[in-house]
Amino acid sequence: MNATPASDQPLRRTALYAQHVALGAKMVPFAGYEMPVQYPLGILKEHLHTRAQAGLFDVSHMGQAYLVGPDHATTAAALETLVPADVLDLKPGQQRYTQLLNDAGGIVDDLMVTRPAAADDDGKLFLIVNASRKDVDYAHIAARLPEGVRLEPAPERALLAMQGPAAAQVLASLCPEASRLSFMTAASARIGEFDCHISRSGYTGEDGFEISLPAAGAARLWQTLLRTDALKPIGLGARDSLRLEAGLCLYGHDIDETTSPIEAGLGWSIQKRRRSTGGFPGAVRIQDELAKGPKRERVGIRPEGRAPAREGTEVLSPSGERIGVVTSGGFGPSVNAPVAMGYVAAGHAEIGRPVHLMVRSKALPAAIAPLPFVPHRYSRKS
Amino acid sequence: MATERFTKDHEWIRVDGGIGTVGITHHAQTQLGDIVFVEVPESGRKTKQGEAVAVVESVKAASDVFSPVSGEVIEANADLAGQPALVNEDAEGKAWFFKLRISDPAELDKLMDRAAYEAFVKESH
Repeated sequence: MNATPASDQPLRRTALYAQHVALGAKMVPFAGYEMPVQYPLGILKEHLHTRAQAGLFDVSHMGQAYLVGPDHATTAAALETLVPADVLDLKPGQQRYTQLLNDAGGIVDDLMVTRPAAADDDGKLFLIVNASRKDVDYAHIAARLPEGVRLEPAPERALLAMQGPAAAQVLASLCPEASRLSFMTAASARIGEFDCHISRSGYTGEDGFEISLPAAGAARLWQTLLRTDALKPIGLGARDSLRLEAGLCLYGHDIDETTSPIEAGLGWSIQKRRRSTGGFPGAVRIQDELAKGPKRERVGIRPEGRAPAREGTEVLSPSGERIGVVTSGGFGPSVNAPVAMGYVAAGHAEIGRPVHLMVRSKALPAAIAPLPFVPHRYSRKS
Repeated sequence: MATERFTKDHEWIRVDGGIGTVGITHHAQTQLGDIVFVEVPESGRKTKQGEAVAVVESVKAASDVFSPVSGEVIEANADLAGQPALVNEDAEGKAWFFKLRISDPAELDKLMDRAAYEAFVKESH
């Protein structure tokens, strides 16, 4: 959660700042923004409520941008020089998770790419990047685009996430089109008087939606949605514990410019054509890791006791050899136990393998565990 | 009658007959949020004033608990390991962390009484 580098820059506020304050949120600096870390309900109950019913999150601090070119093939080809996903293959209304890579195959950022569903949006791709990385990303992308394809950041847009098993029902009453979306698809639709871009995806492991709309309408939509009892506002604290239980990476913690997608266990996000033909930064390293296995791997770790192992905790083999480090760790409210993720050296990643975690100079017993810690409940196409 | 003192790190100590009972304040637990783990010191541990002797963890972060005065730990609250949420429910009562035999009662003079602590909390917010 420490994505905010020390800075003299004044903190920015999202269009929902006044809503958070009115709800009694505790506001903290995050990635250059003043954001709600929790509401009066508290992180534990906010987390559990999201998994039991549904939560509403303000994620307007994230970077939204369009990549605009003359046609899909041209724009997709431009993005494919920067990311390892198959972008060309995206159908209208389809969304993919991918990573901006540096020449060494390290991750500059992870992002969502959507090909808009509407025919008159042909040649556009909608990108959502991390708040803490948007300046880096935009400069990185803009410097590498061919003539005829341009990046258009959309800072005037807000982004709301609705996550949890009741999210679909809540949204269906306001926007029937949304129920027709399956996991990782998106559509433009009206909610009340607002033109929104809705995708069925999120960062909790639950079914849910992300709703992009002009910032001017964000407070009205936020208030309308919160009239539903099933939906409660959820802060960044629970967003972090939810994504950790779901085994999802947090940029700057579980992935960074030194980790490759293969080390991070994100090989599933590199489609077949890209694996064989390459053509993205760091392809040599990534193809080599795909063939021979990476030198280190991201794994789940379950401490045996109740003590959480936080980011930076050393991971040792039972014989005392240093084999890795925790990159995200804390208490999992739905698991009702401490959970962690981290990297261990190749050969130490087998599920169930005992390890020790150095917490306050004591070696605490733990074991390599499968990810996610809580099963994903996405609404996939049947 | 027991004397009650507070530290700037938001611990309380209640002193009765040379024995101090230590915990974190109600204000501290509201700031920390949901407590999910507590580690208390072992009996027999000798500690100095201001030394980190216990740990309290919320969903988000771990915080040290410092000994308000020097002394020897004579008992720790065994209930907290199984019920860390007790700290949220009754921080200044049932959720005491440990008891210690105070070695230098003069150190208590450096601490705040309740009125001074409450003013300190108000000032820092």
